[in-house]
Amino acid sequence: MSTIEARTASRLLLQVRNLKVWFDTPRGLVRAVDGVDLDLRAGETLGIVGESGSGKSVLSRSIMKILAPSARVLPGSEIRLKGLDLATVSPKQNKHLWGVDLSMVFQDPMTSLTPVLTVGAQLTETLRFHLGLSRDQAEEEAIRLLTLVGIPEPAKRAKQYPHNLSGGMRQRVTIALAISCSPELLIADEPTTALDVTVQHQILNLLERLQADSGMGMVLITHDLGVVAGRADSIAVMYAGRIVEKAPTKRLFSNMRHPYTRALIDAIPRISHPSHTRLASIPGRPPVLIDPPQACGFAPRCPSAQPRCLSETPVLEPTPIDPAHASACFFPLGTPAGDAARENNIKAGVNAAGTAVNAGESTDGR
Amino acid sequence: MAGSGTAHLRASDDVVLDVRNLTVEYVGRRGERVFAVSDVSFDARRGETVGLVGESGCGKSSVAKAIMQLPPPTSGSVLVDGVEVTALKGSALRRRRDKLQMIFQDPISSLNPLRRVKDIIAEGLRIHGELSKGEIETRVRTIIERVGLDPDTAPDRRPHEFSGGQCQRISIARAMVLDPQVVICDEPVSALDVSVQAQIMNLLEEMKARYELTMVFIAHDLAVIKNLSDRVVVMYLGKICEVADSDALFAAPLHPYTRALIQSIPEPDPEAGIQEAALSGDLPSPSNPPSGCRFRTRCPRVQDICSREEPEIREAAPGRFAACHFPLLEAATAPEQGELASA
Repeated sequence: MSTIEARTASRLLLQVRNLKVWFDTPRGLVRAVDGVDLDLRAGETLGIVGESGSGKSVLSRSIMKILAPSARVLPGSEIRLKGLDLATVSPKQNKHLWGVDLSMVFQDPMTSLTPVLTVGAQLTETLRFHLGLSRDQAEEEAIRLLTLVGIPEPAKRAKQYPHNLSGGMRQRVTIALAISCSPELLIADEPTTALDVTVQHQILNLLERLQADSGMGMVLITHDLGVVAGRADSIAVMYAGRIVEKAPTKRLFSNMRHPYTRALIDAIPRISHPSHTRLASIPGRPPVLIDPPQACGFAPRCPSAQPRCLSETPVLEPTPIDPAHASACFFPLGTPAGDAARENNIKAGVNAAGTAVNAGESTDGR
Repeated sequence: MAGSGTAHLRASDDVVLDVRNLTVEYVGRRGERVFAVSDVSFDARRGETVGLVGESGCGKSSVAKAIMQLPPPTSGSVLVDGVEVTALKGSALRRRRDKLQMIFQDPISSLNPLRRVKDIIAEGLRIHGELSKGEIETRVRTIIERVGLDPDTAPDRRPHEFSGGQCQRISIARAMVLDPQVVICDEPVSALDVSVQAQIMNLLEEMKARYELTMVFIAHDLAVIKNLSDRVVVMYLGKICEVADSDALFAAPLHPYTRALIQSIPEPDPEAGIQEAALSGDLPSPSNPPSGCRFRTRCPRVQDICSREEPEIREAAPGRFAACHFPLLEAATAPEQGELASA
């Protein structure tokens, strides 16, 4: 490691290198996460975007060390938090990691809270265990945290059970729990998917404010590009267990290189478009990750796919213009090779995988 | 909000679905009375898609079920092509159901896993039609092809062999094969991934054009509603707050709730900027709704009158209907002129 690399690494909060998490299932080997690299600096937000089955939740659970027992983390995989290799932390020591260094907010606030304890008891338990507060101090701190996350009448709410609260309030409680010991890294896995749009807006604003105040790093996992567009510093797009493109947020939206990112954006109905605008849908469906072939996972659905895409797996490589922007594609958008590949497919009406390609759909963007 | 009133209804021959004063109440788990839908009226013209939008608990799915008579509403009237379906019982209602079809949210649980696709789709035809076996087979094959499935392999397979998006195509085929007049779609795309959602939305638009369908489209996603609807009905806590043509409503909402909903949508555009939270708090309980305007507890424009008097739906601007004592007229007039001129 050169000195410059070492210096950059020291400022990194989270480093994921060549992470591979596979599952042995009766139907075959599922490569849920298949070679993922990620970096996150303190105080920054990384958005991870993907459809169901893209591997985004397995990725977040690997970082959190809460994978199912059937998961197999392959040798060579590395996850470092402030330089500490998390694989070296013993299962016994994990409980000192959770909450203090690493914290997580899940999609469903009902199942991530215990139904048999009051909200206050769940908060004070964490505070007393990790921070060694006395009962009174912990109760006081619990009420302060509930106030911080915007719960009205916090003293009354602390005495209530999760089922007494609405979905939005419950998610506020899980956030209060997650930040109670000032973690270095907060992983939010679809934190607003179960919530209504007005409440989603409140919760996302809350997370942003808490992060700005505490300087923690945040990984925000979502299927909705809209959720991360205005809130993440950088975005990684996942498909079929791999990151296919990652870039600083503004750069990603203005200069996307991977055909999947483009297609995903074009498939979203937009409030800024007139009604009855025809959507550029993506043909087919996401691949099943059982024994994937040596190929680009998106090739069968990709309007740019060439024969090479069906026989080789593209690796994530930095773009020549911006080293922070990387994509995994042999024929990236906006390059002569990529434009030619797409034009030829449009002319032929079909891509190398035999999928029909129409002019105007997910090509010109709109 | 408040949503009683009928100012927004249209007197026209081509109104296919006419819902009047619909009220749905039921007894909750703790014996309390839940006011799911309170005095809701709206209509839909032939070939029109009416979008019903609102947050969970606003009563949009209860409206859908009440139209389908599953179960019949507590009170109110539902006219489908001039026939009062709430008055129909037993076999008379069953005979009418071919005109009134529904597509559900969960594509997998709404299909019987034990049956073959062709039998699922043909069942309605067997019950309603006087078609021969051969004719039924032809109709089923045609519709399977039209919804984008392979007519050679799909008919003999069972639902579990299909993905969520494909199952939703089967549900659409099952509804369309009866040549219905009105199709109620209850969150048909919300369980699907973005890439598949666009396929199903495009398919629904094709079906609408091909069969001149009248649709009631229910969703919580405003962008989906805007894309598919001609006219939009915004609901809150069992009442209507605003009714307008889709583009006009989104260009300049009149009701404070509609505006808050629109401002909460996360746009996939990093330049769009993030608003301060448009609404605070949560939805009040539908078993104990606020007096007067039901939105008043979260409304930024609330005044004394809002707790005393329930606002009726009225024409606040030409073609624009809102149930609010203080509609956002200042916002509506400026940007809306272009919108109206082009409409």
